[in-house]
Amino acid sequence: MKFIKNFFERTEPLVQKGAKYHWLNSVHDGFFTFLYTPKTTSKTGTHIHDYIDLKRTMSIVVLSVVPALLFGMYNVGVQHFKAIGELASTGFFDIFLFGLIKVLPIVIVSYGVGLGIEFVFAQLRGHEIQEGFLVSGMLIPLIMPVNTPLWMIAVATAFAVVLGKEVFGGTGMNIWNPALVARAFLFFAYPAQMSGDSVWIALKDTDKVVDGFSGATPMADAAAGHLNYSVADAFFGFIPGSIGETSTLAILIGAVLLIITGIGSWKIMVSTIAGGAVMGLILNAFAGSAGLSPEVATYFSMPFWHHLILGGFMFGAIFMATDPVSASQTEKGKWIYGFLIGILAIIIRVINPAFPEGMMLAILLMNTFAPLIDHYVVAGHVKRRTKRAKVSA
Amino acid sequence: MSEPLFSKKNLKLLSDPLNDSNPITVQVLGICSALAVTAQLKPSIVMTISVMAVLAFANVIISLLRNTIPNRIRIIVQLVVIAALVILVDQVLRAYVYDVSKQLSVFVGLIITNCIIMGRLEAFALGNRPWQSFLDGIGNAAGYGFILIVVGFFRELLGSGSLLGYKIIPESWYIVNGGFYENNGLMVLSPMALIVVGVIIWVQRSRNRKLIED
Repeated sequence: MKFIKNFFERTEPLVQKGAKYHWLNSVHDGFFTFLYTPKTTSKTGTHIHDYIDLKRTMSIVVLSVVPALLFGMYNVGVQHFKAIGELASTGFFDIFLFGLIKVLPIVIVSYGVGLGIEFVFAQLRGHEIQEGFLVSGMLIPLIMPVNTPLWMIAVATAFAVVLGKEVFGGTGMNIWNPALVARAFLFFAYPAQMSGDSVWIALKDTDKVVDGFSGATPMADAAAGHLNYSVADAFFGFIPGSIGETSTLAILIGAVLLIITGIGSWKIMVSTIAGGAVMGLILNAFAGSAGLSPEVATYFSMPFWHHLILGGFMFGAIFMATDPVSASQTEKGKWIYGFLIGILAIIIRVINPAFPEGMMLAILLMNTFAPLIDHYVVAGHVKRRTKRAKVSA
Repeated sequence: MSEPLFSKKNLKLLSDPLNDSNPITVQVLGICSALAVTAQLKPSIVMTISVMAVLAFANVIISLLRNTIPNRIRIIVQLVVIAALVILVDQVLRAYVYDVSKQLSVFVGLIITNCIIMGRLEAFALGNRPWQSFLDGIGNAAGYGFILIVVGFFRELLGSGSLLGYKIIPESWYIVNGGFYENNGLMVLSPMALIVVGVIIWVQRSRNRKLIED
């Protein structure tokens, strides 16, 4: 692998200011520091740094979504062959390959468009390439229905990177999670391609589907008053849904990696799940109240922990809510922030019939409120300490 | 009165509001109607012409009256003038372009409360001669209308696939007809108008650096 390093070191003088390819400086720098730890040292101030910088952090997050991605590819194949009734007669690799061919273009488009825009902005503004998109580019495909047209993903990615991030000043400045901005953009701009019964399973018009096939997600069924999924399928992820969100197990593997490395906040994960469970219990308590239609009553009385394994709840709790930029920064704030995400997600999901899934909107709303939560947590600390200081004086 | 009608200073009254002191993108006035009527291009254009008529003539009338209006009741006098003009405009719209008038609904009446108009009367017409006030009115309404028309253009093109009601995107492109294209539903919603205005502000400030505040 030495030749890669040699290549970057040899080309370095060519991209310096005033040299022939100076406009490629940030691209060169971006790839070089992505592959190798930069050897630049600080000139003033703190000289001891953690070895883990933003690029290394991002790499670990990407690594932790890989189980969900791989499983998502497999599940795309499973759902396809199940729909045409050939699941039993198709081998594992054929199933995976089918999913790979469906999912890979989405990943490539997301990364291509997003990184392209990042590179252009880095050149225009004359700063280094910011690596924030490494994660967003991976999360965007995972929260899309598999049938989303590629150009829509390109438009949504461009929207998310430019208006979700660059207008605020780039990585670390955004107020919303860019991947969710992309999802929300598509959801409101092209609702027909983002919801309904026909977008979750990759099928051609010519494919013959088996009798009784619906294509609806378990959540859409639940909203209509039918609980027709098995808990094991929902937990392992053999249900229709966005590419990476179906398998709770694969997501939890990623969660373990995030918690061990200390990159994702376990407080946000735990409090989000707790919030969802609490709201599920509250709904259970009201399931018997008069005036509810039978469908809604069924949805209300769904066991509370089923909410956690269906739809995008777990994916949002582990990978979206914990985004360190848009989440609350204070420790106490993280508990409040996560808990409210859980509560709101289930409220929107069950009580608002216009939105089959509430996780995206709940996280975006709490992203908006995160600075406010932080403000009051800090103000509370200041108040308590001032009081203490006065008592002892 | 030795000054020529289109002296440099007077022309500046026309051109300034188009860029350096644009009512929408720099002074951030009149946002409400800019979001409400711009889902399509035609209402945007009609709205622009209506505001231009009201603002230009209100400016002239107030400027003519400026030395006779008692200071304490000037706001109510201004309102009477604006309201009278808006009623005239409303009647004309109903007579000649009834469908657009229905589309604009209350927003024609709400021209009365458009901050740009009160702002120009207070800031300009009360202290300047009629001709200059007229130019100022035309200029500011043009600055307002320019943004409206740009926003309306993009919202109608991307949100409905048409311009002034004529289909631009071929029907066969749409997914329902076997194509690949779909109109952007978000463009029709008013939040997107705010985002489009924001993008215009962004573009304007990156071209016109002196507008950037710290």
